[in-house]
Amino acid sequence: MSLLFEHYNYWVAIFLMMTGFYTVISRGNLVKQVVGLNIFQASVFIFYISLAYVDGGATPIVKEGVEVYANPLPHVLILTAIVVGIATTALGLALIVRIKEAYGTIEEDEIREADQRDGKDSDA
Amino acid sequence: MIDQHFLALLVVVPLLASPLCLLLPNGRLPWLLATAVAWVVFALAVFGVFRVYGDGPVSYWMGGWQPPWGIEYRLDALNALVVLIVAAIGAVVVPFAGRSVPAEVDGANIAGFYAAFLLALCGLLGIAVTGDVFNLFVFLEISSLASYTLISQGRNRRALVSAYQYLIFGTIGATFLLIGIGLLYAMTGTLNMADLARRLAEVEQTRTVFTGFAFIVVGAAIKLALFPLHLWLPNAYTHAPSVVSAFLAATATKVAVYVLLRFTFTVFGLEFSFGAAPLSLILATLAVAAILVGSVSAVTQNNVKRLLAYSSVAQIGYMVVAIAMVTALGLTAATLHLFNHALMKGALFLALGCVVYRMGGADMDSLRGLGRKMPLTMAAFVVAGLSLIGVPLTAGFISKWYLVLAAIELGWWPIVAVVLVGSLLAAIYIWRVVEVAYFREADDPARSEAPWSLLAPTWLLALANIYFGLDARLPVSLAESAASVMLGGAP
Repeated sequence: MSLLFEHYNYWVAIFLMMTGFYTVISRGNLVKQVVGLNIFQASVFIFYISLAYVDGGATPIVKEGVEVYANPLPHVLILTAIVVGIATTALGLALIVRIKEAYGTIEEDEIREADQRDGKDSDA
Repeated sequence: MIDQHFLALLVVVPLLASPLCLLLPNGRLPWLLATAVAWVVFALAVFGVFRVYGDGPVSYWMGGWQPPWGIEYRLDALNALVVLIVAAIGAVVVPFAGRSVPAEVDGANIAGFYAAFLLALCGLLGIAVTGDVFNLFVFLEISSLASYTLISQGRNRRALVSAYQYLIFGTIGATFLLIGIGLLYAMTGTLNMADLARRLAEVEQTRTVFTGFAFIVVGAAIKLALFPLHLWLPNAYTHAPSVVSAFLAATATKVAVYVLLRFTFTVFGLEFSFGAAPLSLILATLAVAAILVGSVSAVTQNNVKRLLAYSSVAQIGYMVVAIAMVTALGLTAATLHLFNHALMKGALFLALGCVVYRMGGADMDSLRGLGRKMPLTMAAFVVAGLSLIGVPLTAGFISKWYLVLAAIELGWWPIVAVVLVGSLLAAIYIWRVVEVAYFREADDPARSEAPWSLLAPTWLLALANIYFGLDARLPVSLAESAASVMLGGAP
């Protein structure tokens, strides 16, 4: 039981991770895949940030009378990772817009059908 | 100044040049800037290789902050080789782009294309030189995002879907690496590779470290397109502009192989990676599958670019099976093949770039009779193809020779058989191209050779295949010292 409650932050991260991952794999709609990818990445952000928490620690700002701080380094790392995540999302959505223009659909199976219709070097 | 800061300049020069490119008007100017940058980077890389072999590993502290607190850049025998490969291919490929890119990429996107190209170069070099695992993740994403953009520039609309698929796969792979890095940080409180290696030894036998290890290996395996995680690769290489296929095939997967080597040998150490975890068996099995499946798929392809892409999957298998041997000879073979495969695939994809420039496509049908129409291009293709098969007097023979020797040394006879079968299949798929090009008639047999600005880079790489097949002292000595760095434990 203690494993379940003491480390509930990790369970939240794992739950989100699996939700996101499953969405990416199972959905045929490209935008939904990007959403899944975002949830997947967000779970990793939460994992890093909860990692940084120190029992009884204050926010990492120098203040008189405070001895124990949370570790600020993972926060900084995740700021960078969030920027990377936003760039990935932006690029993914930009590609989806172009795909929509070129194919008229953002459903994976319809795109595959359209590709098979123009034939030649499609993958079996 | 260069003497002190060359490691940082290697990354900073392309990074700063990239937005400059974007500000230039579409046309020749962005190309000129990119060429200048690629050559400067190549000069820096050569300088770095000489430094490493002259005075041993070079360490550079970003902003003067002492590691493990600050970010350390570090060049030793292993990554010097990778930096050299990336910089050299960059320097050869950009001049080729001058003619090829305007023919294959929308005219309004030329400046952006070179900006993305320089970012990809910056990211790949950054992965190679950094000594900090989080920094490695950031550079991995820089290079990946830039390569998704580059791939999407292909004329065919399928380029968009290929780039999108690669984005999904690549992001999952990179996020896996990020999870692994987080778990390692949770156990050790450090991100510096050398420091990690020291501290991991104390906490090695914990489930957290094993989980981190698994995430990192799978993440790296996605990026290096190890079977069965290779699904993004054939589409991406087929539909990307020719220059991009050549550049990525020769460098991106190599750098991912380096990431795998760096983590398994330097950070985790080989006792952990290949002792406590059954990595050797897993890698060898998947690599054998990659060689067989990749080669067989290549034989059945109708588009030559896709054929070469599947052949890349198989060639990655050779590198990974050599890594799985964990002997000095095996690791020498792996790094040697890293070097030689960059030469042969670079030359093959550039030759195809010439074909696409003239014929507008790379399916078997458009190659008919090209032996007479474009004799120089096809001759370069044949030379590089022989190297891919592993015919004596070519570079490909040297690395296969080392690979077979390493397998025999361990008594891994099935691997020897697989290498031979793989080479036989390579002979078949290269022969299919040769047959179409030399023994079928073209509709219009008039000679239309590619311009010299495309032929020169192609032939440069093709001749390098022969040169390093005749005189393999340079790559072999580089690969041997890289192998000794990996087996020596501490970086």
